[in-house]
Order: sequence, then C-alpha cells, then structure tokens
Amino acid sequence: MSDQTLFSIFFSAMIVNNFTLAMFLGLCPFMGVSARVETALRMGLANIFVLVLTSLSAWFLNTFVLESFPFLRIISFIIVVASLVQIVEMVVKKLSPTLFRQLGIFLPLMTTNCAIFGLAIFQTNRGYGFLQGIVFAVGAGLGLTLALVLMASIRESIEFSDVPGIAKGTGLVLIIAGTLSLAFMGFAGML
Amino acid sequence: MRKTTPSQDFIRGIWKENPVLIQMLGLCPALAVTNTVKNALAMSAATFFVICCSSVLVSSCKRFIPNEVRISAYILVIATFVTLADMMLQAYAPVQHKELGAFIALIVVNCMILGRQEAFSAKNNVFRSLLDAVGTGIGFTIALVMMGGFREILGTGSFLEYSLFGPNFEPWVVMVLPAGGFLTLGFILLAMGYFEQRRKPAKTEKAEQAA
Repeated sequence: MSDQTLFSIFFSAMIVNNFTLAMFLGLCPFMGVSARVETALRMGLANIFVLVLTSLSAWFLNTFVLESFPFLRIISFIIVVASLVQIVEMVVKKLSPTLFRQLGIFLPLMTTNCAIFGLAIFQTNRGYGFLQGIVFAVGAGLGLTLALVLMASIRESIEFSDVPGIAKGTGLVLIIAGTLSLAFMGFAGML
Repeated sequence: MRKTTPSQDFIRGIWKENPVLIQMLGLCPALAVTNTVKNALAMSAATFFVICCSSVLVSSCKRFIPNEVRISAYILVIATFVTLADMMLQAYAPVQHKELGAFIALIVVNCMILGRQEAFSAKNNVFRSLLDAVGTGIGFTIALVMMGGFREILGTGSFLEYSLFGPNFEPWVVMVLPAGGFLTLGFILLAMGYFEQRRKPAKTEKAEQAA
C-alpha cells in the first residue's frame, strides 16, 4: 500500500504527471479525435468512465486473484480492458448513436489505448489501494480530458491561419503538443 | 490485395511504410523511452522479439482462429510474448528493465504489432509473415534509435553514454524531458515533409489546389 495522500495522487495524475503530455499515454486519440472541442470532451468523458472501471477491476484482480499468479498479470489485464471497452461500446451505441458515430474507430481502439492499460499497470506497480486507485483513475481521466480539450481548442483556432505546407498535419500537432508539455512542466516542482 | 514479392514484404516496413514515421503507429514507446539511445535499443529489441514471435505464431495458427474472435486471439498471443520478454529482460538486463519500467508491459497495446497481425500475418504464410515482421521491427528500431540519438546527443551531449563535445557543452535539457520527445518527432516529420515537397513539386501543387 502506498502512503501518498489522496490529494497528491489526484493532483499528480491530473496535472504534474499528465498522462498524455508527460507520460505519452493515449496518444492515438490525442492525435485522432482532437479536431473538434465537443468530440474531444466526450471522448475524454468516455475515457474517465473506462479508466475508473479498469481501476476497480485491476484492484479486484490484484487483491483476490493475481497474488498467486503474478505472471498472468499482463494477460489478465488486457482481457479485462478489452471486455470493458466492448461493454462501453455497446452502452454508448445504445444511449447515443450520434456520439458513437463521432468517436468512430477510436472507441474500439480504446482497447489498445495505452492510457487505460497503463493505468492498471502503474496502479499495480505503485501499490495503490482501492480508494487511491479510484482517485488515481479520476485524476488521470480528467488530465486526459484536459489535454484533449486544450489541444482541440488550439487546433480549432489554428484551422483559419496560414500554415506552411510542410507543417500541415501531424508534424504541427506534435510541435503544439511539445509546447503544451513544456507549459505543464511548470507544475513539476509543486509536489 | 496487390501481390508483392518476399523482398518487398521485407523492405516495405523499413522505410517506405515505416511504422513510426509514416504510419504513426506505436508512438507511445517511440516518445516515452527514447531519452537515451540505450533505452531506445532495449525497447526496440523487446518489441522486435514480440512482433517476430507473434507473427510466426499467428500466421501458423491462422486456420484455427475463428474470424469473430481474431482480434482477442491476436492480443492474447501478443500478451503472452510480452510476458516472456518482460521476464527475460528482468532476468538478463535488470537495470534496463527498471529504467523502462511499465513501458515493457505497454508493448501489448502497441498498435503497430496488432496492426501487422491483422493486416499481414492473418493472410500470408509463415515465411513471408516473418519477413514482414523483421522488416517492420527494423523500421521501428531505426525510428527509435534516430529519436534516441537526437535526444541524447542534444540533451546530454553524449552518444551511448560516450561524451561527444567535451565538458564545455551546455546540454539542451529540454530534449531529455517529455516535451523534447514531442518536439523531436515533430521536427523529424517537418523535415520529412520538406524533402517530400521538394521531391514532388508538381504533385504537391495539385494537392493544394484540390484542398
């Protein structure tokens, strides 16, 4: 059990060690669905939901199952993540077909979203308990959403500016991400 | 699907369809562990092992995998080999294992590996899948070592921990920080875009008129 306070876990996951900008997790949706603010926001919310569920399941597996089979950790985590994403996909399809279409391929791709799998692994490595895990997941999810929304708003306003031909596309997005990451580094000494 | 020769299968992944620089797959490890060349090499070696073994296994078992559950089956195969790679690194290179930390486990969710299984190994024989996997693995290694090289040379003034510029060099600390990863890849892509534009001026103009 880690002895970090809940607040420091939350703040560290959300701002200081932001999953996308400081640890490079979840880059696929960061590049893919960050063109519109609204879609980015919804993608972020879907991510928070899956992250919390993953954290719960990872805690359950760690406490009751994996103690005697530590070598099965990677395999069992990926199965849990894959089935969770499947469930979320079905729920979203039922509740909001519009959102389902907007997110498109990035919803099933959440299975191979490093952020979700990474959360389970980091939580295990740092030995977070039940409550710490949930707080970590919410913090990480909010951090992802923050990064996505920031990126989307920058890209929305850059759409109308005259960008040189070679910089169109991913190159520019990466350099903006680098600048954002530099900005987030300002928080580094806080905890 | 277009027919390709075995040598094309091999060469394609190295540069023309480089997984990181052209297809933008597997970005997470490419940015996260390339702060030194040594880490980049360890990561590439682990990924290389996983992609080759999974390609061979998937292409030899493709007849027994039902179409509906193929993605889950591929992920299970990949997860098995990642577990193996994780344990081997822990046993033979504990220092590197500690340095790379959770990112070894994260090879499971590297889209590049799953992508090759779905796009190639599931449809081709063992030999050609192996060639394809080796080519893609080499392409991945090239991209990672290139990024690791830039970041280590500028960020610490050394290459593979061998000092290059002497004691008077002021290191660009930003390059070994997370931001440096984004910036390095961004500038590499810009440079590639520049050369592409110079090579095909006519084609780019057409594309711009269409856009």
